[in-house]
Amino acid sequence: MSQGMRVVAGETRAAQAGAGSFLRALLAVVWKDLAAELRSRELISAMLVFALLVILIFNFALELDPRTRRTVSSGVLWVTFAFAGTLGLNRSMAIEKDRGCLDGLLLAPVDRSAIYFGKAIGNLVFMLMVEAIVLPVYTVLYSVNLFQPGLILVILLGSIGYTAIGTLLASMAVHTRTRDILLPILLFPVAIPVLIASVKASAGFLEAIPLEEIMPWLNLIIAYDVIFIAVAYMVFDFIVEE
Amino acid sequence: MEPKPRFLTILDSISAVLFVVALGMVFFYAPTERVMGAVQRVFYFHVATAWVGMLGFMAAGVAGVAYLRSSDRKWDTVSLAAVEISLVFFFITIIMGSIWARPAWGTWWTWEPRLTTATIVELVYAAYLMLRQGIEDPDRRARFGAVYTILGFISVPVTFLSIRLYRTIHPTVFGVSSPEAEGEFSMTPSMLQTLIFSVLTFSVIFSSLLWHRIRLGRLAEKVEQLRLKIAH
Repeated sequence: MSQGMRVVAGETRAAQAGAGSFLRALLAVVWKDLAAELRSRELISAMLVFALLVILIFNFALELDPRTRRTVSSGVLWVTFAFAGTLGLNRSMAIEKDRGCLDGLLLAPVDRSAIYFGKAIGNLVFMLMVEAIVLPVYTVLYSVNLFQPGLILVILLGSIGYTAIGTLLASMAVHTRTRDILLPILLFPVAIPVLIASVKASAGFLEAIPLEEIMPWLNLIIAYDVIFIAVAYMVFDFIVEE
Repeated sequence: MEPKPRFLTILDSISAVLFVVALGMVFFYAPTERVMGAVQRVFYFHVATAWVGMLGFMAAGVAGVAYLRSSDRKWDTVSLAAVEISLVFFFITIIMGSIWARPAWGTWWTWEPRLTTATIVELVYAAYLMLRQGIEDPDRRARFGAVYTILGFISVPVTFLSIRLYRTIHPTVFGVSSPEAEGEFSMTPSMLQTLIFSVLTFSVIFSSLLWHRIRLGRLAEKVEQLRLKIAH
């Protein structure tokens, strides 16, 4: 009996070690992306300038006067995030591919899903950084207060879903001949639910609609996040398999 | 080249006959709807093509799963064939819906859940074809294609749900409809029979087309292999 217990304890320890090495591998991938970005700053600066340009164009395209501003702000924000997001997703995978880093990553003796989650978290961090700069700028430019806990929660949840599916599709698009054009074409139709729900939930918080009416949208975002993270986890192996 | 199977020829003739009978039922057997008149007859083929198209996209997703599990290229051929035919069927559904919507709703198009979802579905599978076009390595093309059909098919119900949270005016002929629905009607038995027959007809037409397309896919694969052989 004691031997049986020892075996069980051993298995638990092995599982813990497995989880530990998975986490270490995942953090290593995230850290690698962040460190590279801190030195070059090419991704963040490109995403940021692009995001500000999109807002500038919207300013003239939609005549953002104080009255329309209240209703269209969430839409403007999410279109900006989605466009800037594709830019970052494309770039973060293209760098890996062009410099042969992807092969190096895949040769590492770690679980492939650790690479996926590492890249996805890295992309999420970049997207959140851009959002963290766009929000105050937008607040100042249009005097719409965007610093509401509900809105920030929506932005966090929406960005998680968007980068989860985006990272998966970017790792597919990067292997194609037309990769820069292809990513948005692959990503947008599949990401529409999370974008719609995020726009609606953000608008709800901005217009101070009662929480019960926003909840369906929030639930939808959470469901989308869970479903697509699970699917991405299951199929990522097939994408990077050689 | 393998000769055309005998059963496929028979299936072709059955499809043709069924189609003519279904057309006859739609125009002569089913009664004219009281409020909307003749334009309501579009409904039978509209529902049939939509149903079969959706089934085809589901088949493509299932074939995608089968490909990932087995790495057998025949599933990839099936997947591509199903997507191509379903794209055309869905397009027909949308066109027929528009023809009906003009007199019934007073507009060719409205951003309503089913219409919007149908558009997004068309875009998803158009993206699928573009993805395949961009990849030269056949194995990778098959793998990526399989992954994307699975993602696409999972996203469709979520998309529908997300757009459904807006109100809908699309009539629900089966089940509970929303109070805002316009152009509703209740079916007489002969209408229901016509509808079921149309769905059956289009299912047979779909299987026949699918079979043809799979044969074509196999030939294309052979051509590709020969080309690779020459290149090396």
